Amino acid sequence: MLEFLQYEFMQRAFLAAVLVSVACGAVGTYVVIKRIVSLSGAISHAAFGGVGLGYFFSLNPVIAAIPFSILAALSIGFARDKMKISEDTAIGILWSVGMALGIIFINLKSGYAPDLFSYLFGSILTVSTTDLYIMLVLDVIIIFLVYLFRREFLAVSFDEEFSKVVGLNSTYINMLLLALIALSIVVLIKVVGVILLIALLAIPAAIAKQYTYDIRKLMILSTILGVILTSLGLILSFIFNLSSGATIVLVMAVAFLLSYYIQD
Amino acid sequence: MKSAAVELRNVSFSYNHQLILKDVTLTIQENDFMAIIGPNGGGKSTLLKIILGLLKPDEGDVRIFGCIPQKARDKIGYLPQKFIFDPDFPINVMETVMMGRYHGLLKKYSKKDEKKAKQALKDVNMLDYEDRQISRLSGGQMQRVLIARALAREPKLLLMDEPMASIDPEMQNSFYQLMARLKNKMAIVLVSHDVGAVSVHVDKIACLNQKLFYHGPVENAAEGLEEVYKCPIELISHGIPHRMLREH
Repeated sequence: MLEFLQYEFMQRAFLAAVLVSVACGAVGTYVVIKRIVSLSGAISHAAFGGVGLGYFFSLNPVIAAIPFSILAALSIGFARDKMKISEDTAIGILWSVGMALGIIFINLKSGYAPDLFSYLFGSILTVSTTDLYIMLVLDVIIIFLVYLFRREFLAVSFDEEFSKVVGLNSTYINMLLLALIALSIVVLIKVVGVILLIALLAIPAAIAKQYTYDIRKLMILSTILGVILTSLGLILSFIFNLSSGATIVLVMAVAFLLSYYIQD
Repeated sequence: MKSAAVELRNVSFSYNHQLILKDVTLTIQENDFMAIIGPNGGGKSTLLKIILGLLKPDEGDVRIFGCIPQKARDKIGYLPQKFIFDPDFPINVMETVMMGRYHGLLKKYSKKDEKKAKQALKDVNMLDYEDRQISRLSGGQMQRVLIARALAREPKLLLMDEPMASIDPEMQNSFYQLMARLKNKMAIVLVSHDVGAVSVHVDKIACLNQKLFYHGPVENAAEGLEEVYKCPIELISHGIPHRMLREH
C-alpha cells in the first residue's frame, strides 16, 4: 500500500503538501476572517500573467510570478482605496486582465508551452527540488511577517476604522496583507494551479473556524487540516489516476461539507 | 495657556457634492461633558470623524489639544456607532480591549497595557468575561466591551457615537454613573438623536443639523427641562432656531 512513498517524486509531493499547508494555514486564516476570498481569487488568477512573463523571458515561471502577483495584489488595493472603484469591479477586471496577459506573453513566445496546464490546474507530482526550495523560502518569509505584524493584521481585520483611530496606518497594513496573500499564492501555484488554488486558501481555514475562536489555534488547525487533506487528495489521485489539483480541491470540499454537518 | 480639548473653526464638509457640515465653529473644554444632538443625517457622526481625523474637512481648521488630530491619537478614545465587524470573528474580550492600547508598529503590549485594559473592563463591569469570545456576548455586553476598549487608552477626550443605542435598559443608569466618575478626568462628547435621555445627564449641548444651531450649557438651552426636550426637537423638525435660543 505504501510503496508509492519509495518514489522520489512522491516524497517531493508530500513535502510540497506540507509547505503549501503552512501558507494556507497562516494566510488563509486572514483571507477567511477578513472575508477577502474572492479578492484573493482574483490575485491568484492574475498571477498567471507572471507565469506567462516567465515563459516569455525563459525564467522560472514560479519566480516570475512573485513580483507579478505582488504587483497585482497592490494594484487591487490601490484601485479600492485611492481610485474609488468598487472592490467587486476591481476584482473582475484584475481577474481576467492578469490571465489575458499571461496568454499573450505565451503567444508572443514562439513554440509550444508543454507544462502550461500544470500552472493552470496544478501538478503536485512534477514539483521539482527547486520548486520546493522556493516554497520553503516563501513560507519562512510569510511566517516571519505574520508573526511580526500579528497585532496589526488582527486589528485591521477586526475593525479597520478603530485601528485608524489608534494611529495604525491601515492602508499600508492592508497592502502588506495583500502582498502576503500574493506570496502564498505563489507557494500554491505548482501544487493546484492558479485556477484551483483559492480552495486551498479558503477551505482549511473555513473548516477550522467552526472549531476554534482563537486565531493562533485557527492557524495551526488549518495547517494540520491542510496537510491531511492535501495528502489524502494526493493519494487518491495517484490510486485512481486522476488530476491531483482537482482531486485535492474535491477532497477539501467534501471535508468542508462533513465538518459543517458534524458541527451542527 | 492650556489648549481646549477640541477646537473647530469654520469647518465645512461635503460628501458626493452634498453639504454635510456648514461653517461649524465649536470649542470643547477639557472637562466638558457634552452631547451633540440632532436628526439622523444631520452630520453628527461626520463631525466626530473629523475630530478623530478620519475625515478631512473641505474648509476650516481642527485642533485637538492644540495639535492636528493625527498627532493627538494617544489622547482620544472612541466608541463607534455600530458593529461593523463579524460577530463570529476569532477574538475574545481581552484581545478586543487590548486594541485600545495599541501604540505603534511592532510595539509589544506590556504588563502595564494589560493592567489598564483590565481596569477598563472593571469600569464597565465586564472583567468576569475577559476570556469570553465576542460571539457569546449580548449586544449590551459587547457595547460595554467597546466602551472599555475606548477607556483602555486612558483618553483625555472620549468620543462616543450613539452609546445608548445598543445598551440594555438596566445598563443606562450605570452608564451615566460611569460617565459621572470619568468626567473629571477627561472631556466626554457623546452623539445622540435622543434629546430627552441625554439632556438630564450632560452639562453642555450642541444642536447640529448641518449647521451648529446652539452650543452651551444645558440650562441655557431653554428655561425649563420641558423646553430642553422641546427646543432641539423643534430645531430638528423645522430647521429653524427656537425663539428661546440665540442664533449662533
